[in-house]
Amino acid sequence: MLQIKNLNVHYGVIHALKDVNLTVNKGEIVTLIGANGAGKTTTLRTISGLNKATSGDIILEGTNITNLLAHQRVEMKVSQVPEGRRIFPEMSVLENLELGAFLRKDKNEIKKDIDHVYDLFPILGKRKKQTAGTLSGGEQQMLAMGRALMSRPKILLLDEPSMGLAPLLVREIFEIIKNINSTGTTILLVEQNARMALSIAHRAYVIETGSIVLSGTGEELSKSDEIQKAYLGGE
Amino acid sequence: MEQFLQQMVNGISLGSIYALIALGYTMVYGIIKLINFAHGDVYMIGAYVGFAVTTYANLGFFPALIISMASCAVLGIVVERIAYKPLRNSSRIAVLITAIGVSLLLEYVMMFFVGAEVRSYPKLLSDKAINLGNIVINMQQVYIVVTSVVLMIILQFIVNKTKIGKSMRAVSADKDAAQLMGIKVDKTISFTFAIGSALAGAGGVLVGIYYNSIDPLMGVMPGLKAFVAAVFGGIGSIPGAMIGGLSIGVMETLVSGYGNSMYRDAAVFAFLIIILILKPSGLLGKNTKEKV
Repeated sequence: MLQIKNLNVHYGVIHALKDVNLTVNKGEIVTLIGANGAGKTTTLRTISGLNKATSGDIILEGTNITNLLAHQRVEMKVSQVPEGRRIFPEMSVLENLELGAFLRKDKNEIKKDIDHVYDLFPILGKRKKQTAGTLSGGEQQMLAMGRALMSRPKILLLDEPSMGLAPLLVREIFEIIKNINSTGTTILLVEQNARMALSIAHRAYVIETGSIVLSGTGEELSKSDEIQKAYLGGE
Repeated sequence: MEQFLQQMVNGISLGSIYALIALGYTMVYGIIKLINFAHGDVYMIGAYVGFAVTTYANLGFFPALIISMASCAVLGIVVERIAYKPLRNSSRIAVLITAIGVSLLLEYVMMFFVGAEVRSYPKLLSDKAINLGNIVINMQQVYIVVTSVVLMIILQFIVNKTKIGKSMRAVSADKDAAQLMGIKVDKTISFTFAIGSALAGAGGVLVGIYYNSIDPLMGVMPGLKAFVAAVFGGIGSIPGAMIGGLSIGVMETLVSGYGNSMYRDAAVFAFLIIILILKPSGLLGKNTKEKV
C-alpha cells in the first residue's frame, strides 16, 4: 500500500531522516517506534506532505506522491492524526468532524460517517455542539481520530495517540485503533509507548536519529533484547 | 444630551467605515499573522476607482461600489501573490517591512498617475437632512451605515456558513491541521485578501462620498486608525473589528465635539497605548489556553 524508499529530509542543515525505507502492506498495523527526536513525526509529516523530502520516493498504491501537495494527498486518501491532536479548538465537535470530510461532496454519506464516528466514540456524540477546545485531552484525541476517519482514508497515520493520556485511556484508544484496522483501514502508528504499540502492531520499525535501525514483526521486536533494554524498560 | 446624540450619530457613521477597514486588517492578521500596512492604501485605491467610474463613466452609487470592491479584491490578491507569498516562510518582521514598502509603493505610484492634488467626489447620494428633534441625520450617513451593516452581515454569512469561510477559520486556527483536512492554504489566503480588500474598497467609496474629497495619501490616517480599532477589538476577531471600528469612530467624534478636534488623532493613538498596556489581547481577542 505505502512504500517509502530512501527518504531523506533536511531541516536547514539538520539531516532529520537518513535513507529511510519503510513498507506498509494493505490491512496492516505498522508501528514506527523510537525516542524523542528520532524522526518519527518528520516521517509522518513528510508522508502527508507537510514537510518536503530532499530525496527519495513515497509511493502509494503504485503512484509516486512525493511531489504532491498536502491537500492532494488527502484526496488520495492519506489521512493523519497529528501529534498533539491539533483539533480546531474554537469550532464545535461537529464542525471539526465536518472539516474532516472537507473534500467530500456526498452529503448523505458524510452524515452516516458522522454517526459512525459517534458510534465509535459515544462521548463525541454527547458533546457534538460543545467547543472542541473545552474537551479533555482524551476526548480531543478521539475527536482528532474521528476527524481523520471522516475522509474515509485508505491509510491512517497516527502520531503518538497515547501522548499525555492516562494508562486506562491509552488502552481504550489502542482498542479503537485495532477496531478501525479490523474494518479495513491500514494504519501506520508512530509511538513512544513502545510496549503498547508493539502489542497491537503486525510489524514494527525502530528509528534512531533519523535512521531505521531494526524491523520485524511486533512479536519479534517485543522479545528482542535490544528493544527490551532501550524501549521497554527490561533488564 | 442633544449634542451627545448628534455626536453619536456622526461617530457611528464614521465608525462603520473604520470597521470596514478594520475587518481587512483583522482577517489578514488572523490568517497569516501579518499587520498589512498596505491595507489603508487599498482603501485609497478603492476610493479612486469609485471616483473614476462615477466621474468618467457616470455610474451611480451601487455600480461604483461593486466595481470598486471587485478591483480592490483583485488588487489584494495580486499584492499578496507578489509581495507576501514569497515570504511565507520568512520572519514576520521581513513581511511587515515589505507591507510598509507596498504601502509606500501604492501611495506614490498612485500619486504619479493621478497627481497629488485633492479631488472632489461627484455627489452620488442625496445629502438631504432628516431632523429628529434637534438631531440631524444626513441621508449619506444612513447609506453609509446601512451599506456597512449589509456588508458585515454578508461577511458573517461567508465566514460562518460557507465552505470557504470554514476553510478560512481552519487556516487561521492551524495551518498544518487545515492542510491535513485537504484545505488549499494558498487559495484560502488569497480569498481572505480578496474579501478584506473588497471591504476596504467599499470603505473608500463611502469615505469619498462622505467627505467629498480624496487624495493619494488619504489611506494613511484611516488605515492606522482602523488598525487601532482592530487591536482594540482583539486582532484576529471579526466581531471585535466591528465593535472596535464603531468605538474608535464614536470616540473620535466625541473628542472633536466636546474637546478640541485637533486632539482627536492624539486621543485615538493614546487609546492604543492604553489598550496595549491594559489588555493587549483586546476586547474579544483570543487567549485560548492549550489543554494537554
